Amino acid sequence: MAALRVLVGVKRVIDYAVKVRVAGGGVQTQGVKHSLNPFCEIALEEGVRLRERGAASDVIAVSVGTRVCQETLRTALAVGADRGVLLEVGEGAAVGPREAAAALAGLVGRLQPHLVLLGKQAIDDDCNQTGQLLAAMLDWPQGTFASRVELEEGAVRVEREVDGGLETLRLRLPAVLTADLRLNEPRYATLPNIMKAKKKPLEIIPASALGVPLPLPRLRVLKLEEPPARGGGQRVQGVPELLERLRSDGRV
Amino acid sequence: MANSLRGEVLNLYKNLLYLGREYPKGADYFRSRLKAAFLKNKDVKDPEKIKQLIARGEFVIKELEALYFLRKYRALKQRYYSDDNQ
Repeated sequence: MAALRVLVGVKRVIDYAVKVRVAGGGVQTQGVKHSLNPFCEIALEEGVRLRERGAASDVIAVSVGTRVCQETLRTALAVGADRGVLLEVGEGAAVGPREAAAALAGLVGRLQPHLVLLGKQAIDDDCNQTGQLLAAMLDWPQGTFASRVELEEGAVRVEREVDGGLETLRLRLPAVLTADLRLNEPRYATLPNIMKAKKKPLEIIPASALGVPLPLPRLRVLKLEEPPARGGGQRVQGVPELLERLRSDGRV
Repeated sequence: MANSLRGEVLNLYKNLLYLGREYPKGADYFRSRLKAAFLKNKDVKDPEKIKQLIARGEFVIKELEALYFLRKYRALKQRYYSDDNQ
């Protein structure tokens, strides 16, 4: 089987362990720790494993965003991607799933990968749309929520996590896959690997130069607010009082 | 003396220090513990013994990586797959 070229989309998001704060109508991002989206890490790990098994010839990490995303791409290179591509958009430009998918579609046209791996969703906006939109734009088969990926001759067998069980699909390549949590256990980007990653090639292409015009944003964020603070607990004297309280709150 | 091992020990310390930045109890807590652990063995001269200690440090690195992975995995599972364990 010919070795495949694999494109992995990675997104820079606020770190999963950081408590997200809303201020001034938006999420506070200044001075907040950012990292690689965990689902993208899983997709990336899958790509790197394909290459280590010899099924993939090279793994290209791509991110859509401003220059700060280079840091995320470096992490991706440290984990094992061979080269990185940043599709640069202007500061303050809203990049939603549709914009990201359009930019990725443009890059796919240029690099001609056989397989595109993405995380199923980002942990910041939780859209879960980019993979689906990209597959639609390219008119490629899609395997979303993949929990197992096996390559076959000219195709890929994907086990998907669906409601109430697993679904197995066979997709002809090229295809778009999005990774679910249980696909694999991503490795840690160690310090020596991060140092080595600094020497790997990282290309910056303006997203507008790909020949695919970025679509005008169709989504508008109306309101953003923090979840309501949790109310304190109450002590009751005994079961009758508990029942009475529950009844007055309409719980039973 | 085992000068050839000096670089290895330093690298081990650097790698551990880097991993400690993500430690749940804070980087400072980790760093003070790490430093104490290294200082405790600063008078070890026997190359065999130093190799053993390095191996132990590498084991700690593996443990930390596993800890971070599990922590992230659990957080995500809790956030996105809350109905799984019922």
